[in-house]
Amino acid sequence: MAASGTHDANENYLNHEKGLWSWLTTLDHKRIGVLYAITVAIFFFVGGLAALAIRTELFSAGETIPNLGPNGYNRLMTYHGAIMVFLVIIPGIPAFLGNFVLPLHLGAKDVAFPRLNLLSWYCLLAGAAIALTSLLMGGADTGWTFYTPYSINSAPAVVMMAFGVFVAGFSSILTGLNFIVTTHKLRAPGMTMNRIPLFVWALYSTAIIQVLATPVLAITVLLLAMENIFGIGFFDESLGGDPVLFQHFFWFYSHPAVYIMILPAFGVISELITAFSRKTIFGYTAIAYSSLAIAAVSFFVWGHHMFTSGQSEVASVLFSILTMLVGIPTAIKVFNWVATMYKSSINLASPMLFAIGFIFLFTIGGVTGIFLATIATNIHFHDTYFVVAHFHYVMVGGTLMAIMGGIYYWFPKMFGKMYHEATARLSFLGIFIGFNVTFYPQFLLGANGMPRRYFDYLPVYEPLNQISTIGSYLIGIGFVFAAISILIGFIKGEKAGANPWGARTLEWTIPSPPPHHNFDKTPIITAGPYEFR
Amino acid sequence: MWWLLPTASASTFMPAQGTKIAAEVDTIYAFLLISSLISFVLLIGGMCYFVVKYKRKSANDKTEYITHNHTLEFLWSFIPFLIFMFVFAWGWMVYHDMRKMPEDALEVHVFAKKWDWRFVYKNGKEVTAALDENMKLQPSTMVVPVGRPVKLIMASEKVNPSGNDPTDRPVLHSFFIPSFRVKQDVVPGRYAALWFEADKAGLYNVFCAEYCGGGHSAMRGLIRAVAPAEFEAWLAGEAVSTEAVAQVNPLVAKGKTLYAANACIGCHSVDGSKMTGPSFKGLFGKTEQTDKGSVKVDENYLRESVLNPNAKIVAGYPPGQMPPYAGQLSEDDILALIEFIKTLK
Ligand code: HEC
Ligand SMILES: [Cu+2]
Ligand SMILES: [Cu+2]
Repeated sequence: MAASGTHDANENYLNHEKGLWSWLTTLDHKRIGVLYAITVAIFFFVGGLAALAIRTELFSAGETIPNLGPNGYNRLMTYHGAIMVFLVIIPGIPAFLGNFVLPLHLGAKDVAFPRLNLLSWYCLLAGAAIALTSLLMGGADTGWTFYTPYSINSAPAVVMMAFGVFVAGFSSILTGLNFIVTTHKLRAPGMTMNRIPLFVWALYSTAIIQVLATPVLAITVLLLAMENIFGIGFFDESLGGDPVLFQHFFWFYSHPAVYIMILPAFGVISELITAFSRKTIFGYTAIAYSSLAIAAVSFFVWGHHMFTSGQSEVASVLFSILTMLVGIPTAIKVFNWVATMYKSSINLASPMLFAIGFIFLFTIGGVTGIFLATIATNIHFHDTYFVVAHFHYVMVGGTLMAIMGGIYYWFPKMFGKMYHEATARLSFLGIFIGFNVTFYPQFLLGANGMPRRYFDYLPVYEPLNQISTIGSYLIGIGFVFAAISILIGFIKGEKAGANPWGARTLEWTIPSPPPHHNFDKTPIITAGPYEFR
Repeated sequence: MWWLLPTASASTFMPAQGTKIAAEVDTIYAFLLISSLISFVLLIGGMCYFVVKYKRKSANDKTEYITHNHTLEFLWSFIPFLIFMFVFAWGWMVYHDMRKMPEDALEVHVFAKKWDWRFVYKNGKEVTAALDENMKLQPSTMVVPVGRPVKLIMASEKVNPSGNDPTDRPVLHSFFIPSFRVKQDVVPGRYAALWFEADKAGLYNVFCAEYCGGGHSAMRGLIRAVAPAEFEAWLAGEAVSTEAVAQVNPLVAKGKTLYAANACIGCHSVDGSKMTGPSFKGLFGKTEQTDKGSVKVDENYLRESVLNPNAKIVAGYPPGQMPPYAGQLSEDDILALIEFIKTLK
């Protein structure tokens, strides 16, 4: 890497070095953040097309897309789920926004291990490439959960896909490790743990889960592969294994993974609410420590995915009560955000619209979580569209709204230009309204007993499915507007100053786009992150 | 708020209640619905009020510096805690009733396979999916008496229980009766149990709720709850699948029975609709596109397709889906199946 000695006023991380190669070998956390942005956007596009195809197929009972058939449908839903979870939502906030923002938030020049950081990106790419080659082997049709024994039959596409997830998992582990060390070691002088921005707290809690939980996924996938290839019985009952054991392993990772997906979103929302309310956060400590509490308890609730699996009543009861407990720190956060808006000065620019949309949708996702944590009602809702609606309200209504808000918020910092506000607002409208039209009816479908992963359904479920499908097209239109607002920003966006939003965290004290080394002088911290006085 | 209200199928939020437990579950559901509606309105209403009231007026608005408030924070942690513990305990109580198997129940054995349910009663009477006289698919229908607890003892089996094809394994399914609000996964290698007591006569849907592959959404069943006397009469009667049609053409009738009994019904329709495998309708005599080129469908092609399905794979279908039936069916059986397929014009 060329060392930069020059201090030209126009020097920034984008023009510091030129050419594709300089991007592919970059160790700069900001550039790596941009690389993740591009990758995630591409996967989001693919996963989104799959979603639209799924909804189109479900527009009417029976086969809607000619010649798709149940097997085609099952592949669509598998790739939609796996791509969105492993290649979009999980890397979405930590690896993309987190990479760009974390060192800036801490007043650091980079993450602790820049090379590891680049390696993480390549792990994600390699994992994705491997996972997608499974398409050439007939395609996996197990759903993103890979439940045994069904998944043992669908080898080798499943083995390939699982191996891809395994490799992509390392991206997650390494990023987590990097963030933990960075947070501990690279804070600017004076920045105590009680002065780091809440986004950092969220990333930090997430990183702990990434490092502790993802290896379990890797082990599970490995066991699955060994069973598939060598016929060693872990999960296959005819070889002395236990199919339900797989579910335990899988959810031991995948429930905490739900928090890998949502905790960073909480962090983004804390940033947006304070910046656009121009007010210090209400309950800093409560928000910061509730993230840690969620991270800790999230390891002990996995069995709430298995109330109908035949696990013992004692286990179900314990998992139910623990799940209720996770609900409390989550509720606390929402209350704090709303309280922050009290006696504030609210600027309804697009990032704030997405933050408000987040609170609206996430609250619905959260309360329906209580419906599912209650064992008696869970038995009815489990594996129906109620669950599908619930987790889309959390993952899409929550995480994706936060990603969108975060993109608009930091876009001026990343590229030194403003996005196009009017189209950005239209994108909010399309996504927000479309989202409710798509997923609200799915609660009703689930309550009425329509199971998930259904290629075909009874005619009574048709009207609600049609509403849902129309909603999904609205979401699609919303994202087209989002793309336009960003494109206009690139082409002819107004120049953004160092601090277009009047926010208080450190990234807004340096020029936009930031210089290669972030801070010319290491900042000295004397107060908390949201000092709006 | 029309959008909160009923859906296509029922006059409540949930399908018609068929058991006492369903009513109990619905009470919890109603409680959750109302309390979350209230919390939602308070919270989101408050937020919207703030958004309007504190909208930015000028570029240098001053805001208050409020960092925390211990009383408020305690209250909004403790009140949700109380509510959560309350619904937890309530949910547990009702769940406990679902799990406590009644002693004097009528036992019915349930076998799940890709993609059909098979119900076996103590007297050996067996019910599977079948075609009725009009060639319409009748999902496997379990008849049960009203007002008497029924316990299901459920196992997952291979598509071809007597076969030894290593790729034909039992998989997970889940027995779900929406109207009864109960659901239980059927796990290979062990018995799973579920009980219910229908308190109204009627026909109730059974769905498979755990993903099991191509025929997952087609894996339907029915529960027909009838008066006890009617149930006893039904139980003593002939099994549905071998009815009088036999007189018309015994071979075709036998083929039709074999079609249901050997799981062909889970993958092949007779009405032209596409399932995991191609439909049998209009199959005989047509020209089929396969990976080995086009073939005219005659008796020999059908025979080969049943015994060794991977010899020629129909275009548009992945190989390895259909289990080979070589060694599972007698010559008579194969002939009967072929005769049956030939009638499906
Ligand atoms: C697990 C699903 C499954 C089951 C059970 C099954 N089949 Fe098939 N069958 C398929 C699939 C998929 C194909 C198409 C691929 C191929 O040619 O192997 C097929 C193809 C066929 C064909 C050729 C159809 C054509 O259009 O050329 C015949 C005939 C057939 N099956 C008969 C049967 C009979 C008879 C049974 C029951 C004894 C049966 N199948 C059970 C999945 C199944
Ligand atoms: Cu979970
Ligand atoms: Cu199923």
